Amino acid sequence: MTYRQKIFAILISAILMVIIIELVRRKKLREEFSWLWLSAGFFIICLSIWDFILIKFANLMGIMTPVGTILFFLIAFVFFIVLHFSIKISTLTDQVKNLTQEVAIIKSLSDNTGKGQAWRQGL
Amino acid sequence: MDKRVLIVMPAFNEEDNIRGVIHGIRSALKGADILTVNDGSKDATSLFASMAGSAVIDLPYRLGYGNALQTGYKYALKKGYDYLIQLDADGQHDPCSLPALCDEIKKGAHDIIIGSRFIKYTYNPPLARRIGMVLFAKIGSFMTRQGLTDPVSGFRAFNKKAIRLFCTDLFPSDFPDVDLIIMSKRAGLKIKEIPVLMHPARNGKSMHSGLKPAYYIFKMILSIAVTNLRRVEREKEEA
Repeated sequence: MTYRQKIFAILISAILMVIIIELVRRKKLREEFSWLWLSAGFFIICLSIWDFILIKFANLMGIMTPVGTILFFLIAFVFFIVLHFSIKISTLTDQVKNLTQEVAIIKSLSDNTGKGQAWRQGL
Repeated sequence: MDKRVLIVMPAFNEEDNIRGVIHGIRSALKGADILTVNDGSKDATSLFASMAGSAVIDLPYRLGYGNALQTGYKYALKKGYDYLIQLDADGQHDPCSLPALCDEIKKGAHDIIIGSRFIKYTYNPPLARRIGMVLFAKIGSFMTRQGLTDPVSGFRAFNKKAIRLFCTDLFPSDFPDVDLIIMSKRAGLKIKEIPVLMHPARNGKSMHSGLKPAYYIFKMILSIAVTNLRRVEREKEEA
């Protein structure tokens, strides 16, 4: 890895981490999600500083350049985070469904014992 | 004390049919409570159902057929009903078959009674649907090791044990058809089919229209596969 590549990778990761921490500070991002992004940034900084690890990985996986390896890790990371979000969305959909059902049932029970029934009898 | 029965009907934009169906139920099965689950209809379904004497749950937005049904199950569980019979609000399921379903589930030998349109009466759906129905009947029969003629029928009766199972998150909420039957079987519930009378959908609109059949088949096959991989706790026999 050339110095330029190293500095560039470290700079980008550092900016990413600062943005994430700022978002958490402003309560725009939950801590729950931030750790994934932070660990990604930290991982890239580590790999950029100690690029022999990167070269080892590149050799191991048959990738020609260390930069290619970084790209590979990035794509893998994005894949996992999107999967993580899909799981989260599924959970949220279930929770919203259960809440909606619960609220509708409670609302109907209070309506049917009071106003609704009286109104029907009046018909 | 007499066992309490709840009739559940999920309804989406059924203002034309709902009153007729509710009156049909009233005259066919006396003493049963009726619940209409209004699945976010944009028309007067809720008003007409309530005027016809049905209890109504208004879902604030459309949750889909399965989720609307599950709302009915949860209501039944909360209010302590012993039996639940579900039918469609579009008039496809003839209320005259209700007493037969009700008597059968009350006998207590089975937990789920499916109303099959193919046992005694003739029912002629369009060819594509017929092929789908036969295919899923074969898959359902194979998976449950029980001869089923119409596992996709939405005209069914349940006892408390089944209702309790369907209120859990195991309930397949998109289209609870064959996968629901397979899940129930795996949970140790006993299933029986009896003949019921069904009419072709009155205004021709089915919940399976447009691109939905393709998604339905994909989802059902996936759902059947994972239902078989999933661990289902067998219901404990009630003391």
